[in-house]
Amino acid sequence: MAGTGRAGMLTRREALVGAGAAGASLMLPGGSAWAQGAAKPAELKVGIATYLSGPASVFGVPGRQTAEMLFDEINAAGGIAGIKVRPIFVDEGPGVDHVVGEYRRLVQSEGVHLIFAAISSADCIACAPLADELKRPTLLWDCGTQRIFEDNRYNYAFRTQANATPEILAALLYLLKAKPDFKSIAVINQDYAWGRDSWDIFRTAMNTLKPGVKVSAELFPRFGATDFSTEITRVLALRPDVVLSTSWGGDLDALIRQASDRKLFERSTFVMPLAESSLQRVGKALPAGHIVGARGDHWFLHPSPADPERLKRFSDNYRAKYNAWPIYPCFHMAQAVSAMKVGIEKAVAAKGGGWPTDAELAAAFKGLEFPSPTASVRIREDGQGLENQLIGTTLHTDKYPFPVLTDMIVFPAESVTTPVGQKSADWLKTLTPEMVAKLPQAQAFK
Amino acid sequence: MTRRSETLLALAGAVLVLGLAYAVPWLRFVLTIALAKGLAVLGILLLLRAGQVSFGHALYLALAAYTVAFGAVVVPEALLLLPAAAFLAGVVGLLIGLFVVRYREIFFGMLNLALSMVFYSVLEKFYSLTHGADGIRLPPVTFLGRPLAGEAGEWTVLGMALVLALACGALVRVALASPLGEALAGIKTRETRLDFMGVSPKRVLLAAYVASAVMAGFAGAIIALTTRHVTPALSYWTTSGELVFIAILGGAGSVIGPFLGAAAYELTRVYAAATFANAWQMVLGLVLLGVIVFAPGGIWGMIASRRRAA
Repeated sequence: MAGTGRAGMLTRREALVGAGAAGASLMLPGGSAWAQGAAKPAELKVGIATYLSGPASVFGVPGRQTAEMLFDEINAAGGIAGIKVRPIFVDEGPGVDHVVGEYRRLVQSEGVHLIFAAISSADCIACAPLADELKRPTLLWDCGTQRIFEDNRYNYAFRTQANATPEILAALLYLLKAKPDFKSIAVINQDYAWGRDSWDIFRTAMNTLKPGVKVSAELFPRFGATDFSTEITRVLALRPDVVLSTSWGGDLDALIRQASDRKLFERSTFVMPLAESSLQRVGKALPAGHIVGARGDHWFLHPSPADPERLKRFSDNYRAKYNAWPIYPCFHMAQAVSAMKVGIEKAVAAKGGGWPTDAELAAAFKGLEFPSPTASVRIREDGQGLENQLIGTTLHTDKYPFPVLTDMIVFPAESVTTPVGQKSADWLKTLTPEMVAKLPQAQAFK
Repeated sequence: MTRRSETLLALAGAVLVLGLAYAVPWLRFVLTIALAKGLAVLGILLLLRAGQVSFGHALYLALAAYTVAFGAVVVPEALLLLPAAAFLAGVVGLLIGLFVVRYREIFFGMLNLALSMVFYSVLEKFYSLTHGADGIRLPPVTFLGRPLAGEAGEWTVLGMALVLALACGALVRVALASPLGEALAGIKTRETRLDFMGVSPKRVLLAAYVASAVMAGFAGAIIALTTRHVTPALSYWTTSGELVFIAILGGAGSVIGPFLGAAAYELTRVYAAATFANAWQMVLGLVLLGVIVFAPGGIWGMIASRRRAA
C-alpha cells in the first residue's frame, strides 16, 4: 500500500484520461438521434424486445425472423408513409432489469419511434408504465398476462393481440363442446407465473360452466424440466378423463414425447392451448384426437381466413425463407407490424400528410382496427386487442409430417374476452352454460 | 495505494458518473444499477478477504427489493424504505450467518447458494402474494414527501446510490485496515493462528457476513427503486454468480474495485447487447476470460500494477 505522491498523480491522470476517452466513446452511438416531434424522420426506427437467448427463444427467434421478413417487405414496397423502417432487436433473455435498461436506451439513445415489447409478461408489466413515462408508443406484441390493462390504464401502451383469459377460456369452451361429459381432469403446468395463472383461469371458468368436475391432480413440474416420468406415472394411475397442459417450448415437447411413449394419450384427452407452436417439432409423436390451441386464431391452414391470399402469401414466404411453417409468435409479430403500419398511416392521414407527434401517434392506436394474416384485430379503448381464437383437434394426414388441426372452431373475440373495466377473475364467474350451445360450427380439415 | 490518492480517485469516479449521467441520459439508469451492484460486491469483497466466496448473496438483494416493493404499499417514503430494507437484510443475514460462518470454502458457498434458491422458490410458490415470475410493480414512491418519478426521480436514486457507495466504500476501507480486516485476512491464510491469538474467527466472519448482507440490502433497495419492478430472478443463482463475476472483474485489491467491476460489467453488457444482440453473452464471456488470463488482479490490479511500474 506504500506509494509516492508522484506515482499517485500519474495513476490518477492516466485513469482520468482513460475514463475520459471511454466516456467520449460511450457518447458516440447515442448522438442526438432522437430528434422528435412533427419533423418527418428520415427513417422509422422500431425497438423490438424478444427472446434471443434462453428457453423462450423458441418464440423469440421466429418472432424476430418474422419481423425481419415483414420489415423487408414494407421497405420493398416503399416504406410506411414513404419512410423506410428499421428494426432494432434487444434480448429479453437476461431479465427485467436488463429489458428496462434497454428500453431506456432504445428511447433515449437510439431514438426509436415505436417499441414492440415483449414476450415475457414481467417485461410487459415493467415496460407499459415506462411507455407512459417516456411517452413512446409501445405495442405489447406477445405477452399473455391479463393483469396489464385490467389493473392499470396507459396512454402509450397497446396490445395487438388477445390475453390469457380468451386464450384459455376458448380451450375450455372447445373441450365442453367436444367432450361434454368429462368427469375428472388433471393439470401438468410449468411451475411459474403463466402455469399458475392459466390454471387459475381454466379452473375458475370450469367451476362456473361445469361445476363438480373432479380435479384429480395439480402437478407443477419445475420450469425447464426434461423428465416427466413422475407426473406421467401419477396421471396414468389416476386415469383422469382430461389432462390440461398450458406448457410450451422444450417442456411441452418432452412431455408430449414421454406421454406418447407411455401411451398416456390413449387413456386421457389432452388439452394443450399452446401446442400449435410444438407441432412441427414433435411431429406424429402427438397422436390424433387431442385438443390444441394457438394463443389466437393462428394456424397456417386457417379454415376461413378473411383474406386467403394474404395468409397464403405470409405462410409461404415464411416457409420459403426459414424452412418452417409460421407458428403463433410469427402471427403475433405480423399483427404488431400490421398495427404499426395502419396506425402510422392513420395518424399521418389525420395530420393531412404531416408527421404526427408521439402523443398523436399513440392516440391513433386507440380503437384502431388492422388486418392480421387470418382476420382483423381491434384495439379497444382500454388498450387491449380483440383477437379471435382458434382451437382444433389433432389429425394425422399424409400431406404433412406433423399433426394438423381438424374440427376447428374460431371463437369471435368479443365472446371470449373480458369486457372493458372488468377483471377476468370476476367476469369468468358470471359465464353461463348457454355460452357453449351458442358456439360457432366446427370446420374440418380440407 | 495511499489513502489520499484512493479518496481522490473515488471522488473523481463519482464526478465522472455524474458527468456521464448528465451527458448521456439513458446511462443514468445503467449507472445506478452498476453502483447498486457495486455496493453488493463490496460486501462480497469483505468475504473474499477471508477467502470465502458466497454464491448466494442475491438472497439479500431480493429480500431487500421485495421489502421495498411490499413496504411501499404501507410507507411510500424512499428514505424510510431504504434503511428498513437494509436492516431486514442485516437481521436475516445475522440469523443465517450464525450457522453458515461455521463452514468454509465450497460448503460456505454452496450453503449460501442453497438458501438463496430456497428464497427463490418461496417467491415463486407463494404465488397469490408475489405474483410469481411476473413479479411486482412498485407503487408510487416519495422522497421527502415529493413523488420519486420522472427525471428528478432518476437523479435522486442515482444520488442516493452514489452517497451510499462512497459511504460504504469509506467504511469498508477503514474496516479492512482495522484489526477486523487483518483478522479476515488471517482466516484466509491460517485460521488456527487467530484462535491462538484469542480471536474468534467465527465472530469475525459473522461481522463481515452481516455487513455484506446489509450492503446487499442497500443494493437490492436501490435496484427496486430504479427498475420499479421486482421479480424472483433477483434471487436466482445467476444473480449471485453475476456478483462474484463482478468481484473478479473489478479485482479484490481495493474498495474501488467492485465499482470499477460493476461499471465495466454493466457497460460491457449494455454495449455488447446493443452491438451484438445475438451474441452478447459471448462478448461478456470473452471479456471475463481476458481478465482472468491477462489481469488476474482484475481491473483494479491493472491500475495498481501500472502505478507500481511507474
